[in-house]
Amino acid sequence: MAKKMHDTPNLDELEKGEWPSFVTGLKRLAKDKDIMVDLLGQLETSYKTRKGYWKGGTVGVFGYGGGVIPRFTELKNEDGTPQFKDAAEFHTLRIMPPPGMHYDTATLRQFCDIWDKYGSGLIALHGQSGDIMFQGCNTENVQKAFDEFNEMGFDLGGAGPAVRTSMSCVGAARCEQSCYNEAQAHRAVLNTFLDDLHRPSLPYKVKFKFSGCPNDCMNAIQRSDIAIIGTWRDNIGTDEALAKKWFAKHGMDELVNDIVARCPTKTFQVKEIKKIKAGEHISSVAVSDTHAIEINNQDCVRCMHCINVMTGALAPGKDRGASVLVGGKSHLKIGGLMGTVVIPFMKLDTEEQVEILVDFSQRHIDFFAENALEHERSGEMIERIGMANYLDAMEIDVDPAMISSPRMNPYVRTDGWDDEVAKINAKKQAA
Amino acid sequence: MNAPVKMRKPKETGVPENTKYLHPVLAKNYGNWKYHDRPRPGVLHHVAHSGDEVWTVRAGTQRQMDVYTIRTLCDIGDQFADGRVRFTIRSNIEFMVSDEKKVAPLIAELEKHGFPVGGTGNSVTMIAHTQGWLHCDIPGTDASGVVKALMDELIVEFKREEMPNRVHLSTSCCEINCGGQADIAIIVQHTKPPVINHDMVANVCERPTVVARCPVAAIRPAMVNGKPSLEIDEAKCMCCGACYPPCPPMQINDPENSKLAIWVGGKNSNARSKPTFMKMVASGLPNNPPRWPEVGAAVKNIISVYKADARPWERMSDWIDRIGWPRFFEKTGLPFTKYLIDDWRGSRTNLNASTHIRF
Repeated sequence: MAKKMHDTPNLDELEKGEWPSFVTGLKRLAKDKDIMVDLLGQLETSYKTRKGYWKGGTVGVFGYGGGVIPRFTELKNEDGTPQFKDAAEFHTLRIMPPPGMHYDTATLRQFCDIWDKYGSGLIALHGQSGDIMFQGCNTENVQKAFDEFNEMGFDLGGAGPAVRTSMSCVGAARCEQSCYNEAQAHRAVLNTFLDDLHRPSLPYKVKFKFSGCPNDCMNAIQRSDIAIIGTWRDNIGTDEALAKKWFAKHGMDELVNDIVARCPTKTFQVKEIKKIKAGEHISSVAVSDTHAIEINNQDCVRCMHCINVMTGALAPGKDRGASVLVGGKSHLKIGGLMGTVVIPFMKLDTEEQVEILVDFSQRHIDFFAENALEHERSGEMIERIGMANYLDAMEIDVDPAMISSPRMNPYVRTDGWDDEVAKINAKKQAA
Repeated sequence: MNAPVKMRKPKETGVPENTKYLHPVLAKNYGNWKYHDRPRPGVLHHVAHSGDEVWTVRAGTQRQMDVYTIRTLCDIGDQFADGRVRFTIRSNIEFMVSDEKKVAPLIAELEKHGFPVGGTGNSVTMIAHTQGWLHCDIPGTDASGVVKALMDELIVEFKREEMPNRVHLSTSCCEINCGGQADIAIIVQHTKPPVINHDMVANVCERPTVVARCPVAAIRPAMVNGKPSLEIDEAKCMCCGACYPPCPPMQINDPENSKLAIWVGGKNSNARSKPTFMKMVASGLPNNPPRWPEVGAAVKNIISVYKADARPWERMSDWIDRIGWPRFFEKTGLPFTKYLIDDWRGSRTNLNASTHIRF
């Protein structure tokens, strides 16, 4: 039995309604844990005053520099003692989940038992960076809890100016649109940078995210420095039985209005079967006895829309791999940036091919560590130095797939033009 | 002197393998899936090239879960789903079953324990969110509470698939926007410059770092009351709060003047159009715990207008592309103010350089 609960009239309002209530969960924990009684007291105070009362500090585990988010209360009595002493320390341990956030219940139960023993019993599945967040632990117990998680085979995640915990989608485990082995790439890349993940010493954070197809379920383009997004080079795959099944259910209106009209490059056409073209780059499939779909894959930008609508009837091709985009981040400091194409396509079928991704990542991080200003993200660094200089440093050849359009101003010195053309021609001849 | 304590060295194991955590049917058909459909809201049905089938039942959670809740979910996983579960990026939990007959009783068991089944396809799914007052050191508002209040309002749309396309929401407790891009995002928008505690700055803040952090160069070193401190050019300051994390004595949060803004049209997917960033369409909403009714009403209004007006497969951004911004503001009844005209770098690309005008 824990000590007496504080009155929480504001939080009580959040026990009403149909959605699962975190407040009900906190209160249940507070029956046995003084730390949760006082956490509720502080949170209720925030609801009254509309102010936050946590400050950071320095708490960690032996051997690592980051991965624990320290929180000390700032809600003090006049004599400087904490108003809610049993929640005066309320640290979080960030623990990296398996790729795709798959678990067996034995593991989750063991997490619960450890956190019941050392912490508040509150676990967030998952934080925005993709960590399991074990929330609410005093300084003394941080090491003990970590030791037990670590013995289970789990490791701390990233925090501060470090390589951060990564995320990958459900991918190959359960999605027909997966274009590479996300979990394999995720582990190969992240586990190469554990020193940079556990001991923050980069100019600022570096985030990797792994999405299996251009639907980008991990929001990789918008919020990761290095986005690895599955795609394919060959023709869209087709299945006539599923195409006919889809058409029988949805009909011509939906085929035209929901797919033809929404194809971004208008390469998706519906035709009478007798008018369908054949060719190396054409995908076609009958949807009825009279009509068929025709896609010229050279004009297809692999947006996924038609495949999303007619799942199974259409599918990513067989020559699968990934595009790599660099430089995504949110607002601060210069405004939101999306990642932009740096590697239009790479295969990720074999360990050697995944190693090429790891090597690129290594070169990016080395260059970033050397050249970024303090608190500058990769995208901001590239904006400052120019993409061409970045590509030069990465030893990546320029490619028109990297741009939306060529330069729209004359403000560039081009006296190296002939040399560049000669280099490109020499490479073409050597190939 | 005590003898030095021998500390345990961490096992630097990194990201664990997921193989042993996969549901047996997922493990067997890894990388060999053929297609999927959705027999009902909250249920995905995947078919492998091998002919194997798996049904996934998705349920909403509160994200910040107590161990009792997690153990209940584990009990359900043991009873129905071979002891395997997974979580989505939006904190929904998924149970996989290889026998279709288990789907209905699994749904009944989840609902019995208060977990709503849904969040698939063209539904309004769970809100990506942050820590807020519960755990963040710089929050302007709460996270879990705002989300709980909003999801209570939106749970009907979570359980159905009646929206034109999927609707992703996020909330963020400061302008750093940890909640991320979304079809509709709720983000704190401060309206007054930070209030500086000059007695504390010299002790707590690395002043050059703070000066460098300001996006508009509005902060400069100054001596105040004989102490080294910082001052703000309040005419330049746009109240973003970037100085507050590196310098807590520059308090940006204010119970009255830290407002909530609503942004729409963020899309992470490459489907149809390229990915888009969301745009601010409303601000000045009060930070009004415990249930933020003004925010709830504003979000529900946008969702209901979108639901009534958008065509099938149009995400929020696709819909606005078709109807145009004037109609968006007209239909939602939101006031279009001068503050919504972009003046940050690159802003001219957000102006209308054409005579493409809808009347």
